[in-house]
Amino acid sequence: MSTHQELLTGWGNTAPSLADVVRPRNEEEVTTDLQNTPGSLIARGLGRSYGDAAQCAGGTVLSNRGLWNLTPIDPSTGLVTVGAGVSLDELVSISIPAGWFIPVTPGTRQVTIGGAIAADIHGKNHHVDGSFMNHVRSIRLATPTGTLTITPESEPELFWATAGAMGLTGVVIDATVQMIPIETSYISVDTERFPNLDATMAAMASGDDDYRYSVAWVDCMTAGASMGRGVITRGDHAPKSMLEGKQTRHPLSPPASTKLAVPFTPPSGLLNRLSIKAFNEAWFRKSPKKRDGEIQSLGTFFHPLDGVDWWNRLHGHRGFLQYQFVVSDAHGDVVTKAIELLSSQKVPSFLAVLKRFGPHNPGPLSFPMKGWTLALDIPIGPPQLAGVLDQLDLMVGEAGGRLYLAKDSRLSPQQFRAMYPQLGEFERIRKTIDPQGHLASDLSRRLGIS
Amino acid sequence: MRNAFGQPQSVLVLGGTSEIALSVVERLVAARTQTVVLAGRNPSGLDLAAQELRDKGAQSVETLVFDADEPSNAQAVIDQAFEKAGGSIDLVLIAVGQLGDQDLLDNDPDGAAALFTTNLTWPVAAMTALRSKLITQGSGHVAVIASIAGVRVRRANFTYGATKAGLDAFTQGYSDSLKPYGVKVQIIRPGFVRTKMTEGMADAPFSTDVGPAADTIVKGLSSSASVIWSPPLLQGVALVMRSLPGVLWRKMPS
Repeated sequence: MSTHQELLTGWGNTAPSLADVVRPRNEEEVTTDLQNTPGSLIARGLGRSYGDAAQCAGGTVLSNRGLWNLTPIDPSTGLVTVGAGVSLDELVSISIPAGWFIPVTPGTRQVTIGGAIAADIHGKNHHVDGSFMNHVRSIRLATPTGTLTITPESEPELFWATAGAMGLTGVVIDATVQMIPIETSYISVDTERFPNLDATMAAMASGDDDYRYSVAWVDCMTAGASMGRGVITRGDHAPKSMLEGKQTRHPLSPPASTKLAVPFTPPSGLLNRLSIKAFNEAWFRKSPKKRDGEIQSLGTFFHPLDGVDWWNRLHGHRGFLQYQFVVSDAHGDVVTKAIELLSSQKVPSFLAVLKRFGPHNPGPLSFPMKGWTLALDIPIGPPQLAGVLDQLDLMVGEAGGRLYLAKDSRLSPQQFRAMYPQLGEFERIRKTIDPQGHLASDLSRRLGIS
Repeated sequence: MRNAFGQPQSVLVLGGTSEIALSVVERLVAARTQTVVLAGRNPSGLDLAAQELRDKGAQSVETLVFDADEPSNAQAVIDQAFEKAGGSIDLVLIAVGQLGDQDLLDNDPDGAAALFTTNLTWPVAAMTALRSKLITQGSGHVAVIASIAGVRVRRANFTYGATKAGLDAFTQGYSDSLKPYGVKVQIIRPGFVRTKMTEGMADAPFSTDVGPAADTIVKGLSSSASVIWSPPLLQGVALVMRSLPGVLWRKMPS
């Protein structure tokens, strides 16, 4: 077992903190680490949480990347048991050739199974399939009071408390996941662009149910009548019969590895109001007015940013944040108001992503709930930003909405409590497996989760 | 914890009745700060300031009385401050300091030495005691109030200016020593701020009131700048000051 000290941040490159990093290789070593570390401890995967969820200042960060067992997928059931440190990228590279795909995928494949459970990640299919934990059948979980196997049937409280709890119920050793069968590694995609936010949202509300996958990119940089103009891309897994030419020879090809990388951190300010506005304009213009049945690879459709390693560096040394909230259908106007507020306060947002969610699962800290979710990428820099986002928190909170903890890096404890009314229930369950509060992260301290 | 904007949740002020520091803390309380420890010499002044911060919404405000004329107490002050803050502190604002009267100090060896103790030796001892705490904590932020007067000392207040020059220089190296541990250290170099410390004195060029000075400092604390100038214009002024020939510098109005 090796220990070293490391200065860690999340994907947004903000608020670094120093921790001892351990990298256990199996269940026994995880148990030893949990028992032997005197201070706080939190697990970390590939560090794709934007904020401080996988940091533990002055304590221990347990890298799950040594937990790397991967059994073959059961061809009759599609069940697979995967080590917590296996990334979705690594899993699909073996599952796709066998005709299986992960049931839920976020905007990147560079997420571990442990991280997918900790954030209860969602994808473009939430309105149909729910979030990641809806497809997890069991979890081997190491807690400060013991290691146990939890399923929705045997330990429903702890199982669902683990969904979206950002590692605060324990260290995931491995998990059994229900994969979905695919005929090809392609998606049949319909793309359509809309002149403003109302039109975009109306099209999503009426048409999303016809597709398994749906997402809209929204331009937050254009004011006036074109405010919130959007490009909706929707799709379904393409059957073999839809493939043509070269695709038919390799209908099940795993995603290509990345070819590009951002080799160093350029000065902050490269992504500013002007360049972001230009980018959004170009993105809108290059999208077709309407195009149906385009065959795209899984990688192109789900993970466009995975084509460039370390793209987060483009935001410079000051870093950036992502602000993602969800509000119910009845409060869809908050989406409009949020974009209006950012626009009027001159806060640039690069790539705003709008999506519809299906129903909430029983997880008290699981983020998705029925309604609209908007994710905004914002560079740190504008001095008014902190205050504008505090204002947005109030709007979202008053509408009964909430922020996504995997993205958060600046919410206040008061607003967090208001947004997650089931927090008390979560803390009660947590006390049963971690009475001393041994599991803690910079995020849990910042938000006052006990 | 500090958030993505560097906004602290817990703050320790050494020199807890400093008007500039309190004005900064007021603004921090309006953002994310819940826990404040005010450490200073004057108990009634500290209590008054503490009550004001509570009224402004701070959840926990504690006071700690100490005298900066005795550097051997620095370790104990730091230990007690961390205890009162509940074990960890996100931001330490060092605002210990007196101006002194240069006309008297010119002929007062004990007074000159005492000013150095208060303005330089004690803060250096406290910052040294703080160092291991912050390294153990794995994160943190120290902001030290130096002065434009330390950039190039003037006849009119050279004893004070020299103490601040020493503190400024110490802080630069201190900052480098803590960088690998995720601890951010910043130097604040205010110009003439109209406070009780400068009461009765004629305004120097580029004078500001406490409020605007605090606004500039709070903005600077969220930035990655190693030096916060208040007003920001002073950065350019300092450049000119440093390069003036001595003949001209001595003719500057006091």
